[in-house]
Amino acid sequence: MKMNSLRRLIDNLKKPFAKGEKLEKFAPAINAFDTLLFVPNHTTKSGSHIRDAVDLKRTMVTVIIALIPALIYGIYNTGYQYYYQLGESFTFMDAFIHGAWKVVPMIAVSYIVGLTIEFGFAVYRGHEVNEGYLVTGLLIPMIMPVDIPLWMVAISVAFSVFVAKEAFGGTGMNILNPALTARAFAFFAYPTYMSGNKVWVSEASNVDSISGETILGSLAAGDQISYSTFDMFFGSIPGSIAETSASWVLLGGLLLVLTGVGSWRIIVGGFLGGALMAIIFNLWGANELMSFNWLNHLLAGGFAFGIIFMATDPVSAAQTSKGKWIYGILVGIFCIMIRVFNPAYPEGVMLAILLMNVFAPTIDHFVIENNINKRKKRWVLAQVKS
Amino acid sequence: MLKKIKIHQGVNLNIDGEAEKIIVDLPRSRTYAVKPDDFFTIVPKLLVKEGDKVKNGTPLFFSKKNPRINFVSPVSGIVTSIVRGPKRKILEIIITDDKKNDSVFFETTSHEKLTLDEIKELILKSGFWPFIKQRPYDIISSPEDTPKSIFISCFSTVPLAVDYDFLLKNDKEDFQLGVNILKRFTSGDIFLGLDSAFNGFFKDIENVKKISVDGPHPSGNVGIQIHKIDPINYGDKVWTLNPEDVSNLGVFFRTGKFSSKRTIALVGNSVKKRKYYKTTIGTSISKILEFSGFDFNKNNRIINGDLLSGITSGPDSYLGYYNNLLSVLDEGNSHRFMGWIPFVDNHILSLSRTSLSWLFSKKKHSVNSNMNGEERAIVVTGEMEKVFPMDIYPMELIKACLNEDIEKMEALGIYEVAPEDFGLIDYASTSKIEAQEIIKSGIELMINEVG
Repeated sequence: MKMNSLRRLIDNLKKPFAKGEKLEKFAPAINAFDTLLFVPNHTTKSGSHIRDAVDLKRTMVTVIIALIPALIYGIYNTGYQYYYQLGESFTFMDAFIHGAWKVVPMIAVSYIVGLTIEFGFAVYRGHEVNEGYLVTGLLIPMIMPVDIPLWMVAISVAFSVFVAKEAFGGTGMNILNPALTARAFAFFAYPTYMSGNKVWVSEASNVDSISGETILGSLAAGDQISYSTFDMFFGSIPGSIAETSASWVLLGGLLLVLTGVGSWRIIVGGFLGGALMAIIFNLWGANELMSFNWLNHLLAGGFAFGIIFMATDPVSAAQTSKGKWIYGILVGIFCIMIRVFNPAYPEGVMLAILLMNVFAPTIDHFVIENNINKRKKRWVLAQVKS
Repeated sequence: MLKKIKIHQGVNLNIDGEAEKIIVDLPRSRTYAVKPDDFFTIVPKLLVKEGDKVKNGTPLFFSKKNPRINFVSPVSGIVTSIVRGPKRKILEIIITDDKKNDSVFFETTSHEKLTLDEIKELILKSGFWPFIKQRPYDIISSPEDTPKSIFISCFSTVPLAVDYDFLLKNDKEDFQLGVNILKRFTSGDIFLGLDSAFNGFFKDIENVKKISVDGPHPSGNVGIQIHKIDPINYGDKVWTLNPEDVSNLGVFFRTGKFSSKRTIALVGNSVKKRKYYKTTIGTSISKILEFSGFDFNKNNRIINGDLLSGITSGPDSYLGYYNNLLSVLDEGNSHRFMGWIPFVDNHILSLSRTSLSWLFSKKKHSVNSNMNGEERAIVVTGEMEKVFPMDIYPMELIKACLNEDIEKMEALGIYEVAPEDFGLIDYASTSKIEAQEIIKSGIELMINEVG
């Protein structure tokens, strides 16, 4: 009964937005809120009369659920790194609250700025609001250093939604992963906030006793590291907010693979490619990053997070099954290669994925061309026969 | 000779409401109708007007593009009304039954001695030609063509499918006669697609090559079988027929009268007396529903055909020209609170693992017509391939159709597909893409531009 009255209330609220009414243009905005509460009563009009229970909202929300373990650990780790390096004693809650105090405003800014633009475009173009930004908006703060000013988050988000997404025609049309584009923008626009040895732990730039250096940063500088493989797996290391814990990232990855929302081909391909490249470099062993154990390469930095949550973005990844294997393997290979050969960017996963995003359509092109040629050959063969 | 094919992609939707295997003779309906919309891409040119007396087999209209193709009345009676829609498009030609059962008669008994051209002429004149369809495009074939082979899929895998073996179990001789007549049209083979689990009487049919097909829907779709056995290249023509029409062709050559017999299965769990009904093409649907004890006050949708590819028809409409299924589906026009949360509402059948519905895959599901979401941009990739067992990239083909890029459509395999092959893609689509509609417009474009 309560549900019915809620439904009636929404129906009344929506009246001015109906066809032919004053606010018709803004219908996508109110619809976005309505469909968040209720799956609409729309019935099939053409084509199949029955439809699967899955929709884009459900798919995107599955990704968000998969992100939550890494996010919660990331919030905790923000506080943990801060108190640990200060040498103070602290409880789990202390660390969590410190982290939340920093991270939650970033998420809020990301969602407010990004969704405002998305709603604007939906109204302007007259289509419904796509759910893609629900994931992008959460990913962006998760892959930023914790002390980046909020206004930089806002500008990066705006850049990403305008340039990486809407300029190409909106959801489903973008070439580059929007979340990584936001990070790449911040990386090149505000390098002092996005790289170096003072940004990866909360307050590192203000408090001298805190070192904000990441594992890969230390290795690139030719230093030894004090973290174990175990630390990298559980994530008690400095880094972007939610990328540090391979274990919690893998748990999310497991959900993505089991639900089929994330492509297992890309994930397996990515880890295979990364491992292969790292093993080759291990054998070579010319510098600290090269001789960094291949398993640690897969656990440190943003590798696992990037492969599982960013490379699998179905829009910017390769779209054919064969293409997904090739794309995944190449992302892994390039990630380790960039790490090893370019000490200015000790973390290569962002650039590797963006690079492969650009090449994904080419990979698909060759896979599909192969199919087309098979069909042509069959035709020629039939001509010869007759 | 038995060729074996195994289909891996696809799924059998476990839906409640199959018809009981009992054939009931349906009393004659007062009115019958032929609907030109049943014949994709055919532009009708009328031969009758309101008030005309027609017999079973009297031509009602012909195809403007190919005047040799006649469409005939399935009963004897009086043309009582010609229903037109916008732009005077003909929607229905309604005939009131005079219960005399008069038929146009043709001399067919000595068909063995007739030449191919004479047989063709008989088929065209009698009004049987529209039942001979062709690939590419799944349209009515052209009498000028010679097919490289003929395919008859003798089993159906659509949701709540009919069992053709059961439906035709008394018509084996007519079916064989139909096959023998068709054999004269091709120097190639006639292929019968048979369910690998159960062949029924079809295994005794001669003059054909049999294909044993193993795998889930859409393995029963004739297009899938053609793709696996004798794929269509540019310029090829393959003919296809429904099993009951093959037997009707046999009846015609045995009796000299156009056979409009149609046995339909009434399915869907919102009707009680779900049985096979022996009736006539164009029967009024309300007659069938009344007879089955259907509750007209319920919010139901009546579908000429199956749940994936059938055509919505009101209860006051008429049975289609081709379909052996009449499906009844609950309308699902209600809101669902927070139904988008993963792993909730698991009672709704879902192929996606974002629902736990797969845990109950043994259970027969109730379904309704709710979209379960709204249309969105294509985001998810790989889901179409899981239910599409052809060596064709379905998403790329759909996109080529949307872009009206004829060259690309051709290269990606438009000649090999029919809208019905995309039924499961419609069903499974996360973004609620209308794949069948898109492919249909793509095919229309091909016919207009390439021919």
